[in-house]
Amino acid sequence: MSKSAIQIETRGLNVSFHNSPVLKDINIEIPAKQLTAIIGPSGCGKTTLLKSFNRLLEIQEDVKISGEIIVDGKDIMTSGLNVPDIRKKMGLISQKPYPLPMSIFENVAYGLRIHHGKNPKKVEEGVHHCLQEVGLWNEVKDRLHDPASRLSVGQQQRLCLARAIAVKPEVILCDEPTSALDPIAAQQIERLLLKLKKDFTVILVTHTLRQAKRVADYVIFLYFGMVVEHGLADQVFNDPKSPEMKAYLSGEIS
Amino acid sequence: MLASLAIVIGSLILIVSVIVLNGASSLSLEMLTQTSEGSFYLGSGGGFLNAIVGSLLLALPATAFAFIISVCIAMYLQKEFIPSRFSSFIRICLDIMWGIPSIVYGVFALTIMIALGLHGGSVLFGIFALTLLEIPIITRSVDESIKVVPHGLKESAYSLGSTRFETSLHVVRRQAMPGIVAGILLGFGRGIGDAASILLTVGDSNYFPTSVLDQTAALPTIILNLAGMPEKTVQNKAYAVAFVLLLIVLSISILTRYFTKKSSKYIIK
Ligand SMILES: Nc1ncnc2c1ncn2[C@@H]1O[C@H](COP(=O)(O)OP(=O)(O)OP(=O)(O)O)[C@@H](O)[C@H]1O
Ligand SMILES: [Mg+2]
Repeated sequence: MSKSAIQIETRGLNVSFHNSPVLKDINIEIPAKQLTAIIGPSGCGKTTLLKSFNRLLEIQEDVKISGEIIVDGKDIMTSGLNVPDIRKKMGLISQKPYPLPMSIFENVAYGLRIHHGKNPKKVEEGVHHCLQEVGLWNEVKDRLHDPASRLSVGQQQRLCLARAIAVKPEVILCDEPTSALDPIAAQQIERLLLKLKKDFTVILVTHTLRQAKRVADYVIFLYFGMVVEHGLADQVFNDPKSPEMKAYLSGEIS
Repeated sequence: MLASLAIVIGSLILIVSVIVLNGASSLSLEMLTQTSEGSFYLGSGGGFLNAIVGSLLLALPATAFAFIISVCIAMYLQKEFIPSRFSSFIRICLDIMWGIPSIVYGVFALTIMIALGLHGGSVLFGIFALTLLEIPIITRSVDESIKVVPHGLKESAYSLGSTRFETSLHVVRRQAMPGIVAGILLGFGRGIGDAASILLTVGDSNYFPTSVLDQTAALPTIILNLAGMPEKTVQNKAYAVAFVLLLIVLSISILTRYFTKKSSKYIIK
């Protein structure tokens, strides 16, 4: 990993909900401009780890977070930082797409306006560009002002992706983005993520091993809140070190 | 189940038909277009346009004030702003406020009025009493509609780098809009129809109020006065006024339906 730059590094990260630990002593490095897959059995803390990167956990109650999360060389857990500025660097795509309660156009324009100015012409160009990036432009160009909720789930997921890149983040956090989609829509998203890793660091939580094998450059394997194995995809998949990883790969645990 | 349905529908039909039958027949155009003359309660001529205007001048500003205050409280009650042990305490207080009989708000406003050395009632203190009456109603219904905004939607907004304020203003507000509209109109409906809270605070008058310190007539209070009179013709006027009040409340609920539907267009399920 010495070749590529590190986008996110955690040091001794611990997270607990209502005093029960969910993540224990996480020490990982996530390479920049690559696709990192976070895998592991259900309930092992994948979503929690993902949401700790953009400090999204703290909008919930009774969450305790300790340790360091270093992004661009700075610890984002330092108190007194402007949290929206941290979040703006990381787009989030969740399992179930949640478009904003606005039109298709406004969904993408939202992030542009709050971070990059309200000039109508610029906003319009930006919306066009982002929708084009996710391959949605041709499908929606005649109904930009329809409610976003009228799109299909797969389209909504791509809209969420467009909305996220409109903010111009460095990282795109994806939490099982394809699990609610049909195979074709899922494939579209997968291809998009592969395309986007040229410009963004992509972190993908997935529960399908096959998806991870298809797309991941780097893999983090979580097991009961601990990182049991992490490394280059080739190495983790073909030459696993830990018995848990071996068992997971062979389908004994899932 | 059928029995409860019958009781609800039956009593609604009964109330409405009594008011419509008695009210529509004794209502005349002059009642709607003229202000009261002489002793309206003793059967002299004229109409009650002054009371219609008075009621609107009381209920509209009261609803506006209550709305502004309520939205601020309701936003603040969400868990991003204060810990839930405080918000549940405030919610209990609001529910108690909701349950307080409106006459108590009337007496409260009256007490303040007297302490300030004002007598005889005024639009201002009527608005004050109605605002208090409406605050818990509007706050709780706005609060409920904000509370059910999906967590994932808020997460989406925060992940885009929105501040709490931007999230509340642009995203939560839109999603909660149908509930907010319903809350406003619920509050307004309660405000315009309530007699007890304004009974002691607005006084009475045959004219349109010209300043906030003027006394005014209002629909619920003149119903009370008219219905208490012995002559049948005067009592029938009470039905006419009640009929008008009913029409106002009915148009409010139609408006509610319309605006709720309109503001639901963009919400996310
Ligand atoms: N808000 C919360 N309050 C309390 N416990 C929580 C909360 N969120 C998650 N947990 C707990 O933390 C643990 C890890 O949850 P998390 O959602 O991170 O798992 P996951 O790996 O994403 O699982 P899945 O594959 O099912 O999505 C679980 O045991 C869960 O019950
Ligand atoms: Mg999860």
